[in-house]
Amino acid sequence: MHTKPKKYSVFSLIKNALSYHENWQPAWRSPDPKKEYDAIIVGGGGHGLTTAYYLAKNHGLTNIAVIEKGWIGGGNTGRNTTIIRSNYLWDQSAALYEHALKLWEGMSQELNYNVMFSQRGVMNVAHTLHDVRELKRRWHANRLNDIDCEWLNTAQVKEFCPIINTSPHIRYPVLGATLQRRAGTARHDAVAWGYARGADAMGVDIIQNCEVTNINISNGHVSGIETSKGTINSKKIGIVAAGHSSVIGSMVGIRLPLESRPLQALVSEPVKPIIDTVVMSNTIHAYVSQSDKGELVIGAGTDGYTSYSQRGGFNIVEDTISAVVELFPLFSRMKMLRHWGGIVDICPDASPIVSKTHINGLYFNCGWGTGGFKATPGSGWVFAHTIANDEPHELNAPFTINRFSSGELVDEHGAAAVAH
Amino acid sequence: MFLINCPYCGEREQVEFSCGGEAHIERPKNPSDLTDDQWADYLFMRKNIKGVQFERWNHINGCRRWFNVARNTATDEILKVYNIGESAPSISGNNPTTPSGEPVIGSGNLSSSFEKK
Amino acid sequence: MSKKISFTFDGKKYFGKENHSLAEALLDNGIFLLGRSFKYHRPRGLISAGSEEANAIVQLETGNITQPNVRATEITLYEGLKAKSQNHWPTLNLDIGSINDFLSRFFPAGFYYKTFMWPPKFWEKYEYFIRRAAGLGESPTEDDPDKYEHFHYHCDVLIVGGGISGLYAAELAAKANLKVLVLEQYPKLGGEINNQGKVSANKFRESDQNIIYQNIFSKLEKFDNVKIVTSTTVFAYMHNNYLLASQKTNNTKIREIIWKIRTKKVVLATGSIERPLTFHNNDRPGIMLSHSARKYANKGIDLGKNIIVFTNNDYAYEAAIDFKLINNENKVTVIDIRNNSKGDLIKEAKSIGIKILFNHIVTNTRGRKRINSIFVHKIDNETNKIIDNYGKISCDILCVSGGWSPTVHLFTQSRGKLIFRESDATFIPNESFQNEISVGACNGTYALEEILEEIDNKMSNLLSSFKIDIKNNNHPSLNKIKKIFYDKMKHLWIIPSNINFKKTKMFVDFQNDVTAKDIQLALKEGYRSIEHVKRYTTTGMATDQGKTSNINALGIISKLTDTPIHKLGTTTFRLPYTPVTFGALAGRHVKEFFDVERTTPMHQWHLDNNAKFEDVGQWKRAWYYPINNENMHQAVNREVKATRKGIGILDASTLGKIDIKGRDANEFLNRVYTNSWSKLGIGKCRYGLMLGDDGMVIDDGVTSRLGENHYVMTTTTGNAASVMSKLEDWLQTEWPELKVFLTSVTEQFATISINGPFATNLMQKLCVNFDFSYENFPHMSFKNIEIGGVNCRVMRISFTGEKCYEINIPSSYAQSLWSKCFEIGKDFNITPYGTEAMHVLRAEKGFVIVGQETDGSVTPVDLDMSWIVSKKKYDFIGKRALYRSDTVREDRKQLVGILTKDPNIVLEEGAQLVEEVSKPPMKMIGHITSSYHSPNLGRSIALALVKEGLKKKGKTIYAPMPTKTIEVEICDPVFIDPLNERLSA
Repeated sequence: MHTKPKKYSVFSLIKNALSYHENWQPAWRSPDPKKEYDAIIVGGGGHGLTTAYYLAKNHGLTNIAVIEKGWIGGGNTGRNTTIIRSNYLWDQSAALYEHALKLWEGMSQELNYNVMFSQRGVMNVAHTLHDVRELKRRWHANRLNDIDCEWLNTAQVKEFCPIINTSPHIRYPVLGATLQRRAGTARHDAVAWGYARGADAMGVDIIQNCEVTNINISNGHVSGIETSKGTINSKKIGIVAAGHSSVIGSMVGIRLPLESRPLQALVSEPVKPIIDTVVMSNTIHAYVSQSDKGELVIGAGTDGYTSYSQRGGFNIVEDTISAVVELFPLFSRMKMLRHWGGIVDICPDASPIVSKTHINGLYFNCGWGTGGFKATPGSGWVFAHTIANDEPHELNAPFTINRFSSGELVDEHGAAAVAH
Repeated sequence: MFLINCPYCGEREQVEFSCGGEAHIERPKNPSDLTDDQWADYLFMRKNIKGVQFERWNHINGCRRWFNVARNTATDEILKVYNIGESAPSISGNNPTTPSGEPVIGSGNLSSSFEKK
Repeated sequence: MSKKISFTFDGKKYFGKENHSLAEALLDNGIFLLGRSFKYHRPRGLISAGSEEANAIVQLETGNITQPNVRATEITLYEGLKAKSQNHWPTLNLDIGSINDFLSRFFPAGFYYKTFMWPPKFWEKYEYFIRRAAGLGESPTEDDPDKYEHFHYHCDVLIVGGGISGLYAAELAAKANLKVLVLEQYPKLGGEINNQGKVSANKFRESDQNIIYQNIFSKLEKFDNVKIVTSTTVFAYMHNNYLLASQKTNNTKIREIIWKIRTKKVVLATGSIERPLTFHNNDRPGIMLSHSARKYANKGIDLGKNIIVFTNNDYAYEAAIDFKLINNENKVTVIDIRNNSKGDLIKEAKSIGIKILFNHIVTNTRGRKRINSIFVHKIDNETNKIIDNYGKISCDILCVSGGWSPTVHLFTQSRGKLIFRESDATFIPNESFQNEISVGACNGTYALEEILEEIDNKMSNLLSSFKIDIKNNNHPSLNKIKKIFYDKMKHLWIIPSNINFKKTKMFVDFQNDVTAKDIQLALKEGYRSIEHVKRYTTTGMATDQGKTSNINALGIISKLTDTPIHKLGTTTFRLPYTPVTFGALAGRHVKEFFDVERTTPMHQWHLDNNAKFEDVGQWKRAWYYPINNENMHQAVNREVKATRKGIGILDASTLGKIDIKGRDANEFLNRVYTNSWSKLGIGKCRYGLMLGDDGMVIDDGVTSRLGENHYVMTTTTGNAASVMSKLEDWLQTEWPELKVFLTSVTEQFATISINGPFATNLMQKLCVNFDFSYENFPHMSFKNIEIGGVNCRVMRISFTGEKCYEINIPSSYAQSLWSKCFEIGKDFNITPYGTEAMHVLRAEKGFVIVGQETDGSVTPVDLDMSWIVSKKKYDFIGKRALYRSDTVREDRKQLVGILTKDPNIVLEEGAQLVEEVSKPPMKMIGHITSSYHSPNLGRSIALALVKEGLKKKGKTIYAPMPTKTIEVEICDPVFIDPLNERLSA
């Protein structure tokens, strides 16, 4: 059995330094799977690990396993541009993402793992009158939902981010922006590792390199999973497989309203601090921030077709870079260092599904599209609640799979256009 | 950026085309007889296959004609192009070797593709 | 004698030679200390002579042409070059940050995850300092004055790499009359040949190489089907043999060119990269890869007289031999990890007086800013444990060689499958996914005779699809090549040390300061996957992308976890191969070419008349036309008033226009619009609302019936293209039985909209003989009228509520008719109005704008437009979805008018509405979709979507704004002329 992990602090760092770091414990164990668990989470990304963490912490379910096909945090958790914000238009989304943002604000201390959540603000830039109208609508909705949000006119945009090109003579001039100061970025890998460490400490088994090959069902109720490491039984199974949700769904004949698409991102070579906030523009399709290491982190849009190949068209990258150079002409001589692709599962209304299914004990958490990272803690929180109680939490009640039948969609396309 | 062999124009860059999603989903002839669930099934639910998927493409920046394509979504290989109205062909080749759909070669997940010599 | 070129490094002036790289010029001036490392600020010098360089990166130039993180090995010297070392303060020689080196024990891998958490809100403050300590060079702060181009190229065979392998493959393809492109990343062809000097280190091998190279090269020059381009790096290998390359030009007009190559076949001849060895203090200036040092020495650069070569293989002896042959007075010592080697080179080395210490290792080095000595120990060949202390040897440089890593980056980007070869511990290409071959060193083939044979065989297969037989094409000199015997290498991923491993600094990733110990720590802490190790330690994530470090990291993990390397796999080889300039990737798609600007035929008139423009999609639409010093508000008020009192004229050319023809055109409209089209008479117009199959409004517009089977549809400006596509989709895929043909005529016709009580008067003057009486030409009908000799279609429809004629005229005549209208409209105070006034005018009438009153979640019923939704039609797109449990709810948000209690307050569009004001959070019941000052009513008006709004007309609700709460009343959305009397007056 495991022992309670030793606390990380500057003192433990110094103490371990003096013993040449020979005495650190593993952040999490690498156990073999047990025969049976009270709950199994399929998918060891951020959302899966937070689900396990909150199942243990909030609901006392500690005999649980996280099953991961590859290595934890290796999917979209480790591939995204780490933008965290909660300035969503609709009440349902705003409530969910704001809950997540509040969890972000205490995450490093909660986990005793520095996830480097940096509240440097996120600016959503308007370039057309239509953008202004939609962003102001969101601004006012955020205000009344008690979510911090400000409107900046062009001069204020320039003041907040001096390197942005606010010339009125560019193709799509900056007409203003919303600013959420509490929003920002975090160290993506650390989120997965921190939650894994926290979950492990409470007894959760994190099982990597274990591929789910089937889901066992008897009498309309799940009974367990088949994996590359054998059969593992459980009466509750939560699927948090992001881009591969439909692949898992097909094992039990469930079709989901999802398309898995390539999403690309890239970083520049590292430079000294040059941009101190996150800038997002839906209209010209650029978003950029700077990592603590100094790399400009740049996201592109999705390709318009299904693909699990983790690669998109390079034309998308070119368009994104053009947009970045248009908005930040000084970056023209910077260089792209590394480019990669991920697979995002997108719902028709750009909102997630956190839901029970018609199979008892089987739950799905998917459809976060291009914007799941920011929701990581909130998603786990409400999904854990759903699994533990077999009922959705009030925050994810609007995000059931039934909304596609009733028509009660939470359409975030309207104001967000691209819901990063 | 892969190539698509438009049946009307020949091989062109993917950027000239737009994808219309899964093929062979027929709009129901009797919508009013369907339940909300059945309508949602037609409208929203998708197989979203990893592996050989039959899908609709439009040569939107060319002849603007629609046609069907059989494509391995794990590798982006196009296996066949066929006309709208034709039924889905049977396709084999570079099939997924694992339940999660990783094919033998050509997918983005390279971690499984090393061997000792 | 070559020309002297002056340049500066850290502000000091030096002279260099023509065709030298900056790295060579610096070495030539005796400068070995070139930069500081990322984390510990350790002094660093060149490790290599190529694109794999991890240490020698500089800030090139200043001002608007500055560029951070440039590898000194990749810049050819030019007159006046200015370079600056990076990542130090205050100077390269005296860097305060190097205190980190002494405190390095406190900064192990991932230390930042464990600290900076207290006090809780302080992270941003810690981060401020961490960010300033991190980063390497500095971003430019000014606009880039340079231009970049994209260049598309199609060929039969693309050959990546201009060394012997690449050029020989090129020769074979060229002989077969194929269109061949050869791209070489360096300014000079020849690859490894360039490491050799005038003296022949290896009599057999290199003279053969040189002869063959000269032979191939002289032949290649004669083929005009071969294009050879240097200074061009292929950085990406995408789907279907689509490769991207970036070319550095000498052209002053275009700085870099991105080549976009689509080729039938690819030959990868990208060579290999030498590996460093992992030992204590292996990072000092003056420690270099053996073949890089050899290249520098052969270029005549003085690296010192006392040279140590530390190796685990035979190839490093090529360097050792060269050092001796360059100057017989050089003292060359080889420290060989192996217990022996029977290789031919070793015999040669011995014969010229090179000292060889087998079974020995370098355990430590000295010399802070340049290496000055090493410590050597003897190891047991079986256990690899240190068994004896050889002692200290002083030296000027230390050349290291851990063997070779084939450059398989492009191969894996092509999605080919690698295989691990135990004998030299390398990953080599195994199974191709695309139409490509790897040859020579990048395929793990190093001996010349084997390379040539491999190319003969592989090329013959590759080109067989061209029906070309290149067999029996063996190079004539092939049988003359003397075979050289290379003995086996020995892999010690961590060189044993006489001091405790936990106290060592054995660098794996030089730039990111990742040591073997850091990798051990990561493993100890449970970060076991190679990807976790990479991310936790940041090994392989520096600007060199792990070209020298990845394999060593793998080897170390393999050793520490006792797992075979082939079971670990590798991290993904991500594009680009070497970093690519953003400006080059953007190409010409910046500034005025960032996006297409669509303008109407009357655009010049708008410009001449001081119009302000609004971007609507790609269109530039006239927004308003201020006169003299008018502000927007004044201009719009004037335009709105003039339209209701006299004549307003609008350029409506941007509306989408689709010509619909065919036997089933009528049935088609019945299916795509909510209302019925069966009874629309020829010559009549009808408004239609288009839904998606989810029941939500996606477009609206007026369609006119031109003939029995002929209609023309108008769409909104922004949706013209998507509506056209959707209609084609339905026709081609869902309803192929319908005979309907669609043609977009948006740009073929311009639309001039003439509005106002005197509109008819103007029309009458334009077309003197036409009968404009209401009886002859009623609202919602059109006429074909000849105006000024041009056939026009004039529609009597209205988006303002005024009498209105929309003249559709072939685009090329539009500007002249537009001007003509002003000429004859003078008497009626004809006033051009822009989109803003148009919005006010339509809002006064309660007309919706799709995309403003709707957002993809609004049904026709929500817009209180049930009248347009046919109950009789069996089906239309969107019908079923209108009957879902959520869409039939009666308490949905519905379109209403809003009047502020204070008529002077104009609400902000997007303002949210509440029934009860409280502290946030407040329950919102809707939002303002449109809001304007109406000069005709002398007060503000607004439209809104409000929950159960239709039932709440007359009720007071609130718009809580940041500084005040505005009281408003829900009302009917039609503010002017509810009975439509103005249309016929």
